Amino acid sequence: MGDVLIGRGDAIPPAEVVDVELYHPHSWITKYVFSQDAKVIALQYSLTALAIGLVALVLSWLMRLQLGFPGVFSFIDPSQYLQYITMHGMIMVIYLLTALFLGGFGNYLIPLMVGARDMVFPYVNMLSYWVYLLAVLVLVASFFVPGGPTGAGWTLYPPQAILPGTPGHEWGIILMLVSLIIFIIGFTMGGLNYVVTVLQARTRGMTLMRMPLTVWGIFTATVLALLAFPALFVACVMMLFDRVLGTSFFIPALVSMGEQLKYGGGSPILFQHLFWFFGHPEVYIVALPAFGIVSDLIATHARRNIFGYRMMVWAIVAIGALSFVVWAHHMYVSGMNPWFGFFFATTTLVIAVPTAIKVYNWVLTLWRGDIHLTVPMLFALAFIVTFVNGGLTGLFLGNVVVDVPLSDTMFVVAHFHMVMGVAPILVIFGAIYHWYPKITGRMWNEALAKFHFWITFLGAYAIFFPMHYLGLLGMPRRYHDIGQTSFIPESAHTLNAFISIVALIVGVAQMVFLFNMFWSLRHGRKADGNPWRATTLEWQTPETPPGHGNWGKELPVVYRWAYDYNVPGADQDFIPQNQPPTPRPA
Amino acid sequence: MAEVALRKTQDAAARPRHWRVVASDWASDQTAFKNVSWGKAMMWIFLLSDTFVFSIFLLSYMTVRMSTTQTWPNPSQVFALHIGGQDIPLILIAIMTFVLITSSGTMAMAVNYGYRRDRKKTAVLMLVTAALGATFVGMQAFEWTKLIMEGVRPWGNPWGAPQFGSSFFMITGFHGTHVTFGVIFLLIIARKVWRGDFDTGRAGFFTSRRGRYEIVEIMGLYWHFVDLVWVFIFAFFYLW
Ligand code: HEM
Ligand SMILES: [Cu+2]
Repeated sequence: MGDVLIGRGDAIPPAEVVDVELYHPHSWITKYVFSQDAKVIALQYSLTALAIGLVALVLSWLMRLQLGFPGVFSFIDPSQYLQYITMHGMIMVIYLLTALFLGGFGNYLIPLMVGARDMVFPYVNMLSYWVYLLAVLVLVASFFVPGGPTGAGWTLYPPQAILPGTPGHEWGIILMLVSLIIFIIGFTMGGLNYVVTVLQARTRGMTLMRMPLTVWGIFTATVLALLAFPALFVACVMMLFDRVLGTSFFIPALVSMGEQLKYGGGSPILFQHLFWFFGHPEVYIVALPAFGIVSDLIATHARRNIFGYRMMVWAIVAIGALSFVVWAHHMYVSGMNPWFGFFFATTTLVIAVPTAIKVYNWVLTLWRGDIHLTVPMLFALAFIVTFVNGGLTGLFLGNVVVDVPLSDTMFVVAHFHMVMGVAPILVIFGAIYHWYPKITGRMWNEALAKFHFWITFLGAYAIFFPMHYLGLLGMPRRYHDIGQTSFIPESAHTLNAFISIVALIVGVAQMVFLFNMFWSLRHGRKADGNPWRATTLEWQTPETPPGHGNWGKELPVVYRWAYDYNVPGADQDFIPQNQPPTPRPA
Repeated sequence: MAEVALRKTQDAAARPRHWRVVASDWASDQTAFKNVSWGKAMMWIFLLSDTFVFSIFLLSYMTVRMSTTQTWPNPSQVFALHIGGQDIPLILIAIMTFVLITSSGTMAMAVNYGYRRDRKKTAVLMLVTAALGATFVGMQAFEWTKLIMEGVRPWGNPWGAPQFGSSFFMITGFHGTHVTFGVIFLLIIARKVWRGDFDTGRAGFFTSRRGRYEIVEIMGLYWHFVDLVWVFIFAFFYLW
């Protein structure tokens, strides 16, 4: 690709957008608390998401303690177990992964990578964070209300989600729904910013097809979110009315505990459709940014141009579009029309094609690359392995006849943890290790980081790989205690205990990560502006960490794509995107 | 003068045509939508997202209308007013629709005068738009009161399917909230126009940034959208 110029004749097209008027903070409060700088907002988002993620992690320990050693921890009763899985699932998916990828990485990387001074509407961007924080606080509040948080499962299926018999039906479910509604409002404010910044605020020379794949992934994911969250929003509003006002959007006529309820005529399956119309794209909302980031990590740390850049971009876009027509593969056992199953199984398998293209391209990028086994690279490699694993079991579950017996077993738990739990988390770690020097100006302690990597990667496999087997045995998911069942052999209980012990070890290893993060802030080796010798713009800022407005006086001008590594004839093994082409002899 | 004109036609000839224009804009740097400001782009994308919200509301209403086991009340009877000794079906809704569509007209005129930098006319027309919007919300409040007095509740009504009241209050309420927000922002922007903030470059109270007359047009986009949504609600809820 090299230094292709855009525009006819002249290399640098004239600026189309006038330089923005930045808000200059006057005090500590407007600089670090109510900050309008996307980079500060990004850190606020990330730290809040990590903090609430820690809660979800602790909940997973409690769940594993119960599953591994049933009966030993008497304070975990069945209701509590359900509350733990619900809060764990919802926090992980929405409040940790979505917020961290889009609010955290999106805010930090988009303006820097496309060469903008900030997001297009910094004030709205700031509001977005505070609304998100409110959503988190409402969610946390549900731990402290009478009856505790909801135990309806992260899918919140009605009718049970709002009826007596489900833990948290008094207040927990109300707070959960309200929190989700607030989250969506806050997200929309941020999401509009990310999309418009990518579309309308790129620097001179930065065409869409020169953007790093990270930006493509985050951008497409944000578009998906803006179109998928409306379904969740409406579903939450309607369920809130069902619970609070006694409407019957989702509740059919029911007899509960010997009593005819006042509900009647609603459609529970409507909720499932709405939820999964959001829920499936949500999987890609966390997967696409991970795809993008991993592509950049691999190219940078293998010193090779990404294989098939255009194909990678179109695969991201195709996956995003297809993700809106596969949702009912989560509903094969819901009793919907079997023809639907046929249709949705087909679309589900079609989506495997662009996904497989991406995997092949990552592998081909690595092929004969100059692979540096840095910590970000290790995480990127781990991601590929894990994602392929989860993707393959996805092909199982996408087929109706295979899914029906496996539905609601530990096999499903294993599948989605591999593909949307462990895989994106590995990318998040890799990305934090990769960009930390830019954000803080310091390097990590490498030994601790490698230790963290190996425990997390091997541990995650030790936790989730055996769950496939447990699922095939028929061990159900969302069960507090499977008790003595003839089809579950004694060895399965031993396996469960093993998984739980590993889960605790992996959990403790995350403390090493946190410790390293804060310790390196002070004691890490000083990083120069571009420690990985990467091509993308964020590494070319005049200051590290980048200052307010990112670029000093002059915006950078982009002359090439983001993957000029090891270009034959170049004097370094990488050429930054903003390095002008050398005039060639005619 | 002649030279400039000549260069313009040359440029036009050099520019690719039709969908190729779109392709070349998207292949270019800096902006994908040429000459579209950030604010306008953001409003359009927000409206796309909001379209999904309203569509899903309407689809859900249709679904529960099918799933409920009781008969659906007849809208032309429910929404009739007793005027001059006889029931006139849908009369209030007809007036409300008329008011809202008229307000779209005054909004469009406000946008036009905004671009001519005619402060007074712009502000007045925005105030008229806001007044029409407020009238709409007022009539909606009247309609809600009437139905509530006749015994319609979100959880039930005297004539049949309880989902009738649930969907009615939810969808018209959600639309009415949109109109109300629109009225509030119309008033704020009208004040700024009247005071000449966009001529003097006065900074906003919250954002500390200077606004531009374009905000009138962006407001217009939102307002027309809210009117358009009403047409669909009218068709699907009241006429069906
Ligand atoms: C240390 C890492 C983790 C461990 C040990 C763990 C463990 C568990 C366990 C034991 C369950 C409940 C299984 C059941 O009885 O049904 C569960 C459910 C779940 N987890 Fe995780 N998990 C971890 C990380 C994650 C991550 C990173 C995600 C992000 C996507 C995630 C998302 C979910 C979801 C969505 C559920 C389903 C909740 C439900 O059934 O409603 N988990 N996890
Ligand atoms: Cu899915």
